[in-house]
Amino acid sequence: MNMTAIGAIYKFEMARAWRTLAQTIAAPVISTCLYFVVFGSAIGSRIDEVDGISYGSFIVPGLIMLSVLTQSISNSAFGIYFPKFTGTIYEVLSAPLSFLEIVVGYVCAAASKSIILGLLILGTAHFFVDVTISHPFWMLFFLVLTALTFSLFGFLIGIWAESFEELQRIPLLIVTPLAFLGGSFYSISMLPPIWQKISMLNPVVYLISGFRWSFYNQADVKVSTSLIIIGCILAICIYLTYLVFKTGYKLKP
Amino acid sequence: MESIISISKLNKTFKGGFQALKNINLEVKPGEIFALLGPNGAGKTTLIKSICGLTMPTEGKILVGGYDIVEDYKKARRLVGLVPQELTTDAFETVWNTVCFSRGVFGKKKDSQFIEKILKDLSLWDKKSNILRTLSGGMKRRVMIAKALSHEPKVLFLDEPTAGVDVELRKGMWDLVSELKALGVTIILTTHYIEEAELMADRIGFIKNGEIIMVEDKDKIMKKMSQKTIEVTLSDKLDNVPTELKHLDVRLFGDKMNYLYDESKMNMQSFLNVLVQKNINVQDIQTKESSLEDIFVQLVKK
Repeated sequence: MNMTAIGAIYKFEMARAWRTLAQTIAAPVISTCLYFVVFGSAIGSRIDEVDGISYGSFIVPGLIMLSVLTQSISNSAFGIYFPKFTGTIYEVLSAPLSFLEIVVGYVCAAASKSIILGLLILGTAHFFVDVTISHPFWMLFFLVLTALTFSLFGFLIGIWAESFEELQRIPLLIVTPLAFLGGSFYSISMLPPIWQKISMLNPVVYLISGFRWSFYNQADVKVSTSLIIIGCILAICIYLTYLVFKTGYKLKP
Repeated sequence: MESIISISKLNKTFKGGFQALKNINLEVKPGEIFALLGPNGAGKTTLIKSICGLTMPTEGKILVGGYDIVEDYKKARRLVGLVPQELTTDAFETVWNTVCFSRGVFGKKKDSQFIEKILKDLSLWDKKSNILRTLSGGMKRRVMIAKALSHEPKVLFLDEPTAGVDVELRKGMWDLVSELKALGVTIILTTHYIEEAELMADRIGFIKNGEIIMVEDKDKIMKKMSQKTIEVTLSDKLDNVPTELKHLDVRLFGDKMNYLYDESKMNMQSFLNVLVQKNINVQDIQTKESSLEDIFVQLVKK
């Protein structure tokens, strides 16, 4: 592995995040705070406990996951789309780098930003509600795994997209609805049986369930199932990325 | 001498079926300046992109420094620096950061002194903290050259390096190319300014419709294809070409007589002797030799 080159891409991408701090960090943290105010304090105070946890505390893992998931995708998609759009991608593609090294550089940078963001939201949550973390290792594991998986997914979107409109299409029309319907604000067990079954088709359910388990020992689905599902999504993304570089899809005509 | 770039049977057909490169065979010697000339759409950029790994050849083999660009792509690409035709820069980065990034992405450890030298050589040192989007087009072009040189390449591709650049900067660029050649860097140049190729290149390749139609030493091309014309300004107009000159390519234009010089048929002295014998008064004599541009036009028209 060419660590110097990976480091160069990583640092370059992280520098972009610091330049656009308001967009990459401040905006998601503020919007999450608003969720806490609205759902946690204003509406949440009128809702009973969910699975024995106060509603304000219950939504913390879901809100972190919501932000990590969407920001991983958008950071990574933009990270590779922008050089493609401006034409500067020629440099990375003509450099002595394997596809794996390129992916590691971009995806790790995007995932790092999301992980920092997730931890910042977690820190912010402490100001509004009580948060306990029953399994700190697994909490971090789910956080890192989700950030990496969806950064890779975002990387694929960035390569596929040919316009800024296309760049937003999948995150807005597919990922955001799935994230909202993935149990960020409710337990799947609160849904009518038919919707519970339908919800099981939503991969985000497994992410949030596993992540929430690491906080409160409560899960909608088995933790092992959550891990398998995330692992499968990651494997699919890795395979698709491999195909992209092998065939030169939208990168090398 | 082993070639620094060796291309054999290279073909490139794009998805729509357009064949951009047709059976290209080309050898570039180490340390030379090789100019690739051809009309728009001839395949110059596609050829460069194929060598640099930016487009996938349909078939054929390319070696850079003896390394196959597919099987040994890392070793091959380490030797190559590319300045593409389009002015593509990271708009929001500083000059310093973008050049350091280029060095890093090619796997070279940070070397502030070396980057400083490049920026000074390219008169960019006082702009090192400037954001790229604030620079002029000429400055951006220099930044792109600095980026390409940042990892100390052995082969430098300059795809239209002086397009849209003012005369002063263009001359500065020529000086830079000469300096790089002196350092042993092989330079492959595409340009629309034929005078640029005439001035700098050691060898010239003509590409047309995806095919290399000629590769030759510049001096040999000039000797082989260049045509000399003797233009004689006459005191009195002539109605006809003298009989003694009729077997030559001699034409009359008003008070001018043009002889497309062919030494094997009649040398200069004999030609002038005929004019003297025929009592043709001469006011002035000029000789004109065709430039590389004329040769280029001639080849493109064929």
